[in-house]
Amino acid sequence: MEPEAAKLIGAGIACIALAGAGIGIGTIFGNYLAGALRNPSAAQSQFPNLLLGFALAEATGLFGLVVALILLFVL
Amino acid sequence: MASSDHSSDHGAGSFPADPMHQFEIKRLLDINIAGYDISFTNSALFMLIAVFLISFTTIFSVRKNSIIPSRMQSIVEMSYEFVADMVRQNVGSQGKNYFPFIFTIFMFVLFMNMLGMIPYGFTVTSHIAVTFALAMLIFIGVTVIGFVKHGLGFFGFFVPKGVPVFMLPLLVVIEVISYFTRPISLSVRLFANMMAGHTMLKVFSGFVILMGFLGGWLPLAVMVAFTGLEILIAFLQAYVFAILTCIYLNDALHMH
Repeated sequence: MEPEAAKLIGAGIACIALAGAGIGIGTIFGNYLAGALRNPSAAQSQFPNLLLGFALAEATGLFGLVVALILLFVL
Repeated sequence: MASSDHSSDHGAGSFPADPMHQFEIKRLLDINIAGYDISFTNSALFMLIAVFLISFTTIFSVRKNSIIPSRMQSIVEMSYEFVADMVRQNVGSQGKNYFPFIFTIFMFVLFMNMLGMIPYGFTVTSHIAVTFALAMLIFIGVTVIGFVKHGLGFFGFFVPKGVPVFMLPLLVVIEVISYFTRPISLSVRLFANMMAGHTMLKVFSGFVILMGFLGGWLPLAVMVAFTGLEILIAFLQAYVFAILTCIYLNDALHMH
């Protein structure tokens, strides 16, 4: 296989990491919503934690994107 | 990141907007001292603008303090309260001494992220060099604080409590590795978010041009929504950066 082709395939595979980020974000928002509907009075105080969890989960997917970009542009 | 010469290799040459072009660092003022290239770049310019804006808003808006705050004064008071709450909740009363540092980090990252959202602005935090320098500063500073506070007892941080002894050799290695990946994850998180977001915005703005006057309205509407999302992300990443700094500081001060 040509190295150029392997690079492109590798970059594509690295983007699978975004699936994990999607699952993580879905879990966070789903669980927050479930908890908020059970106890709406406590929901507001946990909103910063929701955003923190969202940002942390999203970043894991972006690490995969960084790997893809390194494969494409740096290596 | 070297950019413009690569995109044409991958068949993106006909695409109207080169998504990586916006991250290019341009030299505005060539300065070479003893072989080191310390030119004044657009990155440095936007950092200076951020510092100037922060200093200007925080100093001049509270110069004439009043009990009923003006709009500018309440913005500064809100941001102060926001960060003070964050430090109080995550570090506790001992964190009061480190509040100026956390506030500076938060405001600096926030303003650099937000300046990048202005069209034709340059996002300083979209470069790993900047974010990694910030993260290393935090990492080294926090580690030094830990050693000053606890002496050699800070090494106990790497030994989890309530674990069977035969598991310790493995767990200590994992703890040490996870401690040393902190600056990497902290910097890559901010850098990747900013870079991916701005690249996505550029790609979608390219669709607007490609689909012409009739079809371009749909991607334009999506663009507007994504710009809103990006502003949220710009704030959120500054928040996450500051709160993780608080968490690391709390680890160093209280050791779990």
